[in-house]
Amino acid sequence: MARYVLRVNGKDREIDAEPGDSLLSVLRYDFGLTGSRYGCGEGQCGACTVLLDGAGARSCVTRVGTVGTKAITTIEALATAGSSDAAGPVKLHPVQQAFLDVEAFQCGYCTSGMIMAAVGMLKTNPNPSEQDIARMMDRNVCRCGTNLRIVQAIRLAAERMRTTPTAAGGAR
Amino acid sequence: MNAERTNPEPANLEPLEPERYELSEPRRYVFELERREFMRLFGGGLVVIAAASDLLAQESGRGAGQGGRGQGRGQAAPPEISAWVHIDEKGNVRVATGKVEIGQNIRTSLAQTVADELRVPIATITMVMADTDTTPFDMGTFGSLTTPRMAPQLARAAAAAREMLIDRAADQWKVDRASLSARDGKIVAKDGRTAPYGDLTKGQAIAGTIPANPSLDTPEQWQVRGKPIKKVDGRDFVTGRHEYTPDIKRPGLVYGRVIRPDGFGGTLVSVDDAKAKAMAGVTVVRDGDFLGVVAPTERAAARAASAVQASWNVPAGQPSSETVFDYFKKNPEGARQSAPAVDTIQMPAGVVRTFEASYRIPYIAHTPLEPRTAVAEWSPDGKLTVWTGTQRPFGVRSELAEAFRMPEDRVRVIVPDMGSGYGGKHTGECAIETARLAKAAGTPVKVVWTRAEEFEWAYFRPAGVIDIKSGVDASGRIVAWAFDNWNSGASGLQSPYDIALKPAVFHPTKTPLRQGSYRALAATANHYAREMHMDDMARALGVDPLEFRMTHLESDPRMRAVLTAVAQKIGWPKPSAAGRSLGIACGTEKAGWVATAVEVSPAPRAVEGKQAGGFKVERIVIAFECGAIVNPDGLKNQVEGSIVQGLGGALFEAISFKDGRVLNGSMEQYRVPRFRDVPPIETILLDRKDIPSAGAGESSLIALAPAIGSAVRGLGPVARELPVRLL
Repeated sequence: MARYVLRVNGKDREIDAEPGDSLLSVLRYDFGLTGSRYGCGEGQCGACTVLLDGAGARSCVTRVGTVGTKAITTIEALATAGSSDAAGPVKLHPVQQAFLDVEAFQCGYCTSGMIMAAVGMLKTNPNPSEQDIARMMDRNVCRCGTNLRIVQAIRLAAERMRTTPTAAGGAR
Repeated sequence: MNAERTNPEPANLEPLEPERYELSEPRRYVFELERREFMRLFGGGLVVIAAASDLLAQESGRGAGQGGRGQGRGQAAPPEISAWVHIDEKGNVRVATGKVEIGQNIRTSLAQTVADELRVPIATITMVMADTDTTPFDMGTFGSLTTPRMAPQLARAAAAAREMLIDRAADQWKVDRASLSARDGKIVAKDGRTAPYGDLTKGQAIAGTIPANPSLDTPEQWQVRGKPIKKVDGRDFVTGRHEYTPDIKRPGLVYGRVIRPDGFGGTLVSVDDAKAKAMAGVTVVRDGDFLGVVAPTERAAARAASAVQASWNVPAGQPSSETVFDYFKKNPEGARQSAPAVDTIQMPAGVVRTFEASYRIPYIAHTPLEPRTAVAEWSPDGKLTVWTGTQRPFGVRSELAEAFRMPEDRVRVIVPDMGSGYGGKHTGECAIETARLAKAAGTPVKVVWTRAEEFEWAYFRPAGVIDIKSGVDASGRIVAWAFDNWNSGASGLQSPYDIALKPAVFHPTKTPLRQGSYRALAATANHYAREMHMDDMARALGVDPLEFRMTHLESDPRMRAVLTAVAQKIGWPKPSAAGRSLGIACGTEKAGWVATAVEVSPAPRAVEGKQAGGFKVERIVIAFECGAIVNPDGLKNQVEGSIVQGLGGALFEAISFKDGRVLNGSMEQYRVPRFRDVPPIETILLDRKDIPSAGAGESSLIALAPAIGSAVRGLGPVARELPVRLL
């Protein structure tokens, strides 16, 4: 057992863990950040996707001992404080908003991971084609089969982020 | 207005699914006390316990006098099925139903129904669902029955509430009720007076019942239904805030793991738990063949579980995924067995040519992304509360009551909106395991099945063998059609085509793997075999497959309509480019009519070192008709989703097993559809406002596999099996 300091959603959090423990387990069970979902534990379904220094990573196969000082961003921190609405004082990230507008989910269990993977992808490719999206999102599984809507939502978000750069909500 | 027309139970809808496999299996664990009792009675060996309660027997189609699995049609639903609509003193509406939201969007579509009939904004409605203490009894969420059954009940309840509010306002204002109307959460009088519902209900305690024929809107009058309303709680999903069962937190919560046998049917021989017991805060629970651990954290539970050394006795000689098809034919189940129709059919005079084929269908896994999970909590006075993902909260309550020998009213099951099910979550095994561990731990316990457990210890869509023998006369018309299905199921068994002689028999058999419900049940297998055979015959006779079908569908205008729609859209019979090939198929199930057309192109046989199919699905067109459409966007989402899910079974899903173990039980090995597998899908929804709405979560996938199979035949001979494979 060793002590780690993890940079989670902008805050330093201390945790006692084995170096091989999965980041997903720490996020969910130690930090209560249950928005990242367990789907397979093999890095094959993407429901656990978070950002490590802005890049999409499968937290279920990410070992705590390898995270170091990388900034971890989870779905809980994607929306930013801002305009308030009935659901609370948050402004959704454009990818979240696009998923909502397109209704790119059914049961929603894959949604956190899909959104985080899409946010990571758009940082490296702000104008992805449908083929780019299919290729880069291929390790995220939606068992309800909303894939075509997810592609549509990502393209909508990309377009909004290109036309309104501030829509991305700053540094994230 | 014609309430009779919009209201009746659809006559062509089966009261219940014909198959309820998972309810016919014995309980998985016989805890110690009971095991001793049974051992005394049976002298050891195998203990089989029949579904005890009448309700379960009714549901399973295996009640007294029923011939066996799949033959128990015609049971009426228990009259207890009901729902509540409650309007509080502030005008807030609470709707209670035992149905479960599993991603099929009924939290929204049922709210639309109530909002419409009650004349309130949808935002004022709270749907209370799937909690055995706070919602009325419900058999379960399956069979695409929520829209045809629950929605009309809620519509009637909401309409009755609306009329009672009008009565109340008429009383207060001393005016003729005919001068009043309900609108936007208020009763409005012709003279301009208005009363919000909350004012009319304040300080009151009014209980009413639904009159025999409440005044309901016709689909043409719908204001909220029939519109693409967004999911009522969509925001909770895109922010990660929604709490699925794995996210439930309780004071004092600890974590459990179950230690599994080395193979199916394994019994516990010995346990060495010394290492696990030496770990801080770890409890090892052994009760009969049940073996599990509880630990203070999730990771500690995983470590403790792997520290337990258990030895199991697994029955030898279990069939494999290769031998199971012979096994089915040699191992019938039930006393009454019918001779195969393909053996007994007498080809009528005039038959000039016969066609025979046999199709193999593998077991496939539901693979819901949210694995089986439960949180169990025993109160100090011995009441049990379990949060779990199941499509049958009341059924799981019964299972828990039975497992712990306690009355059902001492058990509460709560189902948070679920990370999907597809028919795969009808049972309470995880709830029972977790409750057993919580009982030992004396504090709330959570168990989240691993993906590997989900693949191996959940249940599967049944595998099967389907044999067909058909005969045509000199004009090319089918005059005889014999159809036999071993094990895979009875849904969609009957041919929709106009054929004078068409015996079809379902043969229940023993099964080496746990099996149960699945989206569209056996309709997928039966449609695959039937439509592939139709396609075979058309090709052999040199007739266009579409025309061949139309010739035999004179009496089915709804099928003709969906076929015509997809054929036009895909440009039948000409593919979009040379070298490509089109396929078409159709079917009907659960009061939905569907046709699917597919275009495929040739592809390399080997990709990245792996055997690939040699073909690529380029385009899918589907036409679906299920009566009046309640939520067009929700329906489109369901239809597209079912097609994507159906691609898995059509193209690559098959459980491989041997010696009591699953051989491909991981997401890496068991391939489910991914982004690159999904071609453009064009969905045509035919809205029949003159026909009562049927459910739509399942049937739309049934014609996909045969449409693909038919298209691939244009590239070369195709194996008579699923997944579709070029020979």
